[in-house]
Amino acid sequence: MTGANSFQVSGYGPEKAGWTRVFARDGMARRLDWPILLASVALSLMGSLLVYSATRNRTELNQGDPYYFLTRHLLNTGIGLALMVGVVWLGHRALRTAVPVLYGASVFLILLVLTPLGSTINGAHSWIKLPGGFSLQPSEFVKITIILGMAMLLAARVDAGDRPHPDHRTVLQALGLATVPMLIVMLMPDLGSVMVMVIIVLGVLLASGASNRWVFGLLGAGTAGALAVWQLGILDDYQIARFAAFANPALDPAGVGYNTNQARIAIGSGGLTGSGLFEGSQTTGRFVPEQQTDFVFTVAGEELGFLGAGLIIALLGVVLWRACKIARETTDLYGTVVAAGIVAWFAFQTFENIGMTLGIMPVTGLPLPFVSYGGSSMFAVWMAVGLLQSITVQRPMSA
Amino acid sequence: MSNIPETGRSTRVQTRLVVIQVLVLSLLATLGGRLWYLQIRQGDEYAAEASGNHVQQVVQPAPRGSILDARGVALADNETRLVVSASRTDLLKMKDDGKAVLTKLAGVLGMRPKDVMDKVRLCDAETPQPCWNGSPYQPIPVTDEATPKQALQIRERAEDFPGITAEPMAVRRYAAPGKANTGQVLGYLSPVTDEEIKKAENTDSPFLRSDQVGRSGLERQYDKALRGKAGVTRYEVDNLGRVIGEAESDPGVPGSNLVTSLDARVQRVAEYELNEAMKAARKEMDRNTNRLYEADAGAVVVMEAKTGRVVAMASNPTYDPNAWVGGISAKDYKRLTGKESNYPLLNRATQGQAAPGSIFKVVSTSAAVEAGYDFDGGYDCSSSYSVGGQVFKNFESASYGSIDLGRALELSCDTVYYRLAHQEWKKDGGNNPKNPNDYFYEAAHEFGLGKETGIDLPNEVAGRVPDREWKQKYWEANKDAWCKSGKKDGSYVERLAYEGCLEGNKMRAGDAINYSIGQGDTLVTPIQMATIYAAISNGGTLYDPSIGKAIVSPDGKDVQAITPQPHGKLPISKATLAKMDDALAGVATRGTAAWRFEGWPQDEIPMHAKTGTAEVHGKQTTSWFATYTDDYAIVMTISQGGTGSGASGPAVRNIYDALYGVSDDGKIDRKKALLPEPQAKLPAIKADGTIPAPKISKDIVKDLLPDEKASPEEEYAPIDEQQQGATTPTQNGDNRDTRRHRRRGGGRRRGAAGGSGSRRART
Repeated sequence: MTGANSFQVSGYGPEKAGWTRVFARDGMARRLDWPILLASVALSLMGSLLVYSATRNRTELNQGDPYYFLTRHLLNTGIGLALMVGVVWLGHRALRTAVPVLYGASVFLILLVLTPLGSTINGAHSWIKLPGGFSLQPSEFVKITIILGMAMLLAARVDAGDRPHPDHRTVLQALGLATVPMLIVMLMPDLGSVMVMVIIVLGVLLASGASNRWVFGLLGAGTAGALAVWQLGILDDYQIARFAAFANPALDPAGVGYNTNQARIAIGSGGLTGSGLFEGSQTTGRFVPEQQTDFVFTVAGEELGFLGAGLIIALLGVVLWRACKIARETTDLYGTVVAAGIVAWFAFQTFENIGMTLGIMPVTGLPLPFVSYGGSSMFAVWMAVGLLQSITVQRPMSA
Repeated sequence: MSNIPETGRSTRVQTRLVVIQVLVLSLLATLGGRLWYLQIRQGDEYAAEASGNHVQQVVQPAPRGSILDARGVALADNETRLVVSASRTDLLKMKDDGKAVLTKLAGVLGMRPKDVMDKVRLCDAETPQPCWNGSPYQPIPVTDEATPKQALQIRERAEDFPGITAEPMAVRRYAAPGKANTGQVLGYLSPVTDEEIKKAENTDSPFLRSDQVGRSGLERQYDKALRGKAGVTRYEVDNLGRVIGEAESDPGVPGSNLVTSLDARVQRVAEYELNEAMKAARKEMDRNTNRLYEADAGAVVVMEAKTGRVVAMASNPTYDPNAWVGGISAKDYKRLTGKESNYPLLNRATQGQAAPGSIFKVVSTSAAVEAGYDFDGGYDCSSSYSVGGQVFKNFESASYGSIDLGRALELSCDTVYYRLAHQEWKKDGGNNPKNPNDYFYEAAHEFGLGKETGIDLPNEVAGRVPDREWKQKYWEANKDAWCKSGKKDGSYVERLAYEGCLEGNKMRAGDAINYSIGQGDTLVTPIQMATIYAAISNGGTLYDPSIGKAIVSPDGKDVQAITPQPHGKLPISKATLAKMDDALAGVATRGTAAWRFEGWPQDEIPMHAKTGTAEVHGKQTTSWFATYTDDYAIVMTISQGGTGSGASGPAVRNIYDALYGVSDDGKIDRKKALLPEPQAKLPAIKADGTIPAPKISKDIVKDLLPDEKASPEEEYAPIDEQQQGATTPTQNGDNRDTRRHRRRGGGRRRGAAGGSGSRRART
């Protein structure tokens, strides 16, 4: 929340914002992308129920208050909505000028994580503990600033009409801009976030119209980089073990394979309709670790079954579909690139998070957008929704 | 894509956006597909895995049902003992492998630390007893005789004794009421094996790791009914095994009680008399071998003649079935299964077989009548009978002239049967048989020989009728060995082998002749002969002998009676049977058994008997004594014991004396009679399912034998455990209450109960 404040740079909003103007014909409310908004709200609310189910009897986590996580998730959602409104209010174009400041601030924050102020959760040194029991994961916000920063650089000359596509120099600058925070995040090490950022960079480059050489070059570099990371032993043992367990889930079911095994049992046992909310034995029996955050999808799978879990995938599909539509339909490259970056981000995070619970992706600590418990992630995805709304709102009306 | 011109953007970007969109959708489709595969296609498997994951079972073993005698006296029941056990898995988790804990435990139990540690070590080839030969994952009992104080000390300081438990446990007890051991009939229990657990896994009565399974005798035969069903409480647990809720549970069903037709008192008398007879035989000189009789084994069966129910069944040598309780020690096991002890685990009444000797003559007599010989005809009882240079002598070479078949039975005249069997053998074609009638062999089959009687005891042996079919099979199996070892002019055994090799598959005249008087290759079991003599008594019906009389559910509401089943009729007409009956009465009054029934009140209780002395090559003769009255048939045998009436006679007479209350001078004292008529009714079952047992004196034999009579105070001394209810429906502390209550109410009930039991108690 404190982190979120740094994004609200004052002085860029409209002078006056009357509700009349908002709901007037051609007003903001009419131009909002309601499917994205409603799907996001639905996902957040479902998330709050699932988080509640996963934590209501975990006294060691909820400090004796079964509603601890429920209220916090709802609070986070509310703050997220407010942030979205703020972002729409300011407008993505207005934010464009503030990008250097935002970028600088976010990089500063992730640098802070590396200082003694940072703390380690689940092997990733990617958190800043704040007073009052709050903690912040700045790498979530870096995802946004990378998108905004790259989009600003790549679209600048195209939108000005100078060139049809970004030139090599610009692309290099953009890559440099993305690489700095990625290196820092890798030092944490928060490999999951780095992977998201790599996908974001790819999505952004694709949408910007950068030459194929860059796209394929980056793909090659990514592969080479992954191999290098593997060979040079940058990975911690626990990360290697996770990959090994992914490759062979039967391996050591009480140890490294435990998460994936239990997650799959939880989901598989749900069947078509699930055991019913709060009735899942895997969930109440705490067999799945990190169930309110990274493995929240298993609660849906067990308690709501194929119908409920499928609904989550479908709602995320609505968000992604509409985001793709926004990317395609907006008139300026800046908006397109931002939207595409968000699509890449959400899509990969969704696929990786759900994929790991289904045993088709290795386990990494990535939250499921809107659904997983976690303030930083919630704020970041709602700000991203704000950006998407802003892009669609500020698009010139056709006809 | 009407928007393309509007956005004024290059097609490259637009195409790539479409690619992104398609990619995103395919990723989502992948997730959906995988979700469908896990939840719908494999959902059931995962659901099963999930329930295995979070459900833990806690098992409450069912108390095993009691085995009661016909009046309700417990032959086998349970007693609650405080068992202190150590969990090896818990001990091995400790730094010193639990040494400190075991030392402390030894202090509490007053044992030496080394003894405690020895008890919990695992047995292997190098480890001598004591050691644990069960599953290492099962708590290992350190003692089953802990005092309540010791148990309390261990329980109250549980933190000082990790891995140690002190709990009351039901332990099988073979109480031997009135000193009736009944060992081989009751059988024994031993822990279930892994194989059995696996086999019974998916049946309606699966085994538990801690289960005891009946291994022989009634414990095995009625194992399923006696065992009951363990209660299973299923708890939902979390990932650390903490209980978070209770799932569906199966209540336990205590084992049912088995009421048998045995009478503990008669059983005691039978066991005692058998042992005395064998002891006496060992003092007799065998004139054939010039050694004392060995009397190495024996058996006696007391059967209800009209139903085939077994009232007593004793086998000697015997053992204490309590040796198996709490796990048999290696030493005991070796002793019980060793040759030195002559296999006391064998129930020789159903598993011991020998040539029947002359008690077989009832079969031969009936065969002769079947073959057309007149029962009342005249047959030469010469002193010997010669066939082809071979002389078959009458017993003690006696000669009685021409007699009828009844008299032949009475006198046990062998030559009469030799002659008849030889004639039939010749009629059947002699050495070149043509469609032989084989009356003598057919009769044996019809009498039920050569196959199991169907008694409700496991592993009964069938005996053998050495008919042509058997000879052929036996020859095929052995001819190679015979032909190898046989010598024409060798020793007796070598000559036998030589002959066997040449024509062992043929029925020779000598075979048929020997067979007719129960010698040779014929093998019978005491239970078979008892079944036959009971059938002669009851008018010709062969019953499956039975010991189980009813299975009574633990609450007493469900009484499943076991009714005697006939398996055949004797192949004798009523008229012939009556004549045979007369002849057998003559055996007891005038014939070979008369000297043993001197002074018997024949008019009140008609006694019938047949003696038998079977020859066994290389061994001393087997004594057989088959008898019956209208109510009972008693068959006794003693291996290497001497003659039928000589060795077994007094014992059988004493058993009858006890049953009917007959004293030596022939007077019948109904008060002294243990069981003048068979116990027809089942014992009374109280509303709570318990079956009250009548009082039974400490040792019935001491009451019956004046010269061995114990001092009166000992006889009437109240023996607490023998007044207990035979069944204890609950396993907890209720036991003590019941006992106290029983004692108080004892006098009143004795008066009210009436019946033979109370009579016994007052004598």
